[in-house]
Amino acid sequence: MADMSKNPMVRAEGVRKRFGSNEVLKSISLEVAQGEVLVLLGPSGSGKSTFLRCINHLETINGGRIYVNEDLIGYREVHGELHEMHPKAIAAQRRNIGMVFQRFNLFPHLTAVENITEAPIGIAGVTKAEAQERAQKLLQLVGLADKADHYPSQLSGGQQQRVAIARALAMEPSLMLFDEPTSALDPELVGDVLEVMKNLAKSGMTMIVVTHEIGFAREVADTVVFMDGGVVVEAGKPADVLDNPQHERTKAFLRSVL
Amino acid sequence: MSKQEAKHDGDIVAKPLRHPWRVVGAAVLLLVTGAFIWSLVAAPTINHEVIFKYLFDPMILQGAVLTVWITILAMVIATLLATLLAVMKLSENPLLRFIATAYIEFFRGTPLLLQIVFWGYLGIIYPHIVLGLPFTSVVWFDQPTATVISSFAAGLIALSLNEAAYAAEIVRAGILSVDKGQAEAAKSLGMGGWYTMRRIVLPQAMRVIIPPMGNETISMLKSTSLLQVIAVAELYTVANQISSQNLAQIELLVVAGFWYLVMNTILGFPQRYLERRFGRGFDGHSAPSIGKGGLNGGHV
Repeated sequence: MADMSKNPMVRAEGVRKRFGSNEVLKSISLEVAQGEVLVLLGPSGSGKSTFLRCINHLETINGGRIYVNEDLIGYREVHGELHEMHPKAIAAQRRNIGMVFQRFNLFPHLTAVENITEAPIGIAGVTKAEAQERAQKLLQLVGLADKADHYPSQLSGGQQQRVAIARALAMEPSLMLFDEPTSALDPELVGDVLEVMKNLAKSGMTMIVVTHEIGFAREVADTVVFMDGGVVVEAGKPADVLDNPQHERTKAFLRSVL
Repeated sequence: MSKQEAKHDGDIVAKPLRHPWRVVGAAVLLLVTGAFIWSLVAAPTINHEVIFKYLFDPMILQGAVLTVWITILAMVIATLLATLLAVMKLSENPLLRFIATAYIEFFRGTPLLLQIVFWGYLGIIYPHIVLGLPFTSVVWFDQPTATVISSFAAGLIALSLNEAAYAAEIVRAGILSVDKGQAEAAKSLGMGGWYTMRRIVLPQAMRVIIPPMGNETISMLKSTSLLQVIAVAELYTVANQISSQNLAQIELLVVAGFWYLVMNTILGFPQRYLERRFGRGFDGHSAPSIGKGGLNGGHV
């Protein structure tokens, strides 16, 4: 559960993002406490996925600041001036932030276990034996211990997504980002992936989840943020936002997805 | 679905469709091929004894071996250089992009034969190869060009540099064929640009790169014959030297052509192996290979 006594895990201050002349994020400010699960809801095009991708600098922001663990993402600030960061420093920041994609993006030329061990061995310098041991544990955690030597093409979508979660966890991140993790799945495969995410939330992982699964938001989220048109429309406890929305746009969205 | 499947009870039993034109076509093909071969065998102008005499001549065989060596070396050098050029051309660094583009334009824009002659006669343009600090008298290395660059080296350099320009575009196409999500996933795990290229993108690009590179290898094997103009003792040069003495030009062309055909046929085998190797994980039907490509394999 969220621990407010410590520094926030994520702090976004007035984040703005443009694609050409199209402003997709118009000053987003929010905080995520350590151990908090924050669910981002909103219609497509509301900017929620873009915001998520800004947090690990997959997208460069045009204004504002994003801090993860009090560490400014993507820039160094010296005497009030921002300096672009070296790609190596950005890569180092990303190691602390796991990400799960809508389309899984597993490496198709590597087996499940190789997908999980690639970054720990090649980037974090973990020994092969240790990385493989850890990978087996992670596969067990996501319920796929028997699929270690399968290639992604031999796994179902739900299994691939669970391997992708294990792959992100292998770098032992302190924050996990989920970008519509169940949107590309057949309905009967969604449950297994959500189950893994619930267990992860219970274990105290800080998570930001972009999803359309209202049930998941209600059950697992500490905070629900509703975004539309590049702004945060309303935010609060799931019971407040989902069952007693204050804004017309939130009400309209919830009517359309429920 | 040409495979014969066992019939079950109740399956449809139908008369197979007839293809009479295939039979006619095959007969015509047989006739034309036969007539052509007979024209060669019966031609009084071709001395068959000379062909058989030189087919396994040690000089010819040595020439063929050198041809294979030049082909392999030139393709290896060209592929490495091409990968570098392709990555440079896709780089966000404008200087690297410019260098790669200029290189590719230059080497594709001038004839290969011209480039070979240029490297062969490099010693005339630059009689000495000097390594030192420019505009000072500091010199670390000074040798006559002819002793540093043999005709073999000149030929190898010419073929490699030229091929690299073409192969760079093949590698670039291969890199672009890999889904952007792959590089994003790699980034999100904290992998750097070069690491992502080497471990994630290029291995997947290989599937697209290998078939056209097979083409390039076949083309390279034949292009080595151009090295005759700078007297590298490869197959065509040797055949030419022999025929200039015994005046059996056609016969030695047949000998050389035979070996080019044999070598190119053999070159197809490694391609099939590579296609299987880099196709792993891309067809959903292959069983997981536990212990081989699995837990113990992969990480080099």
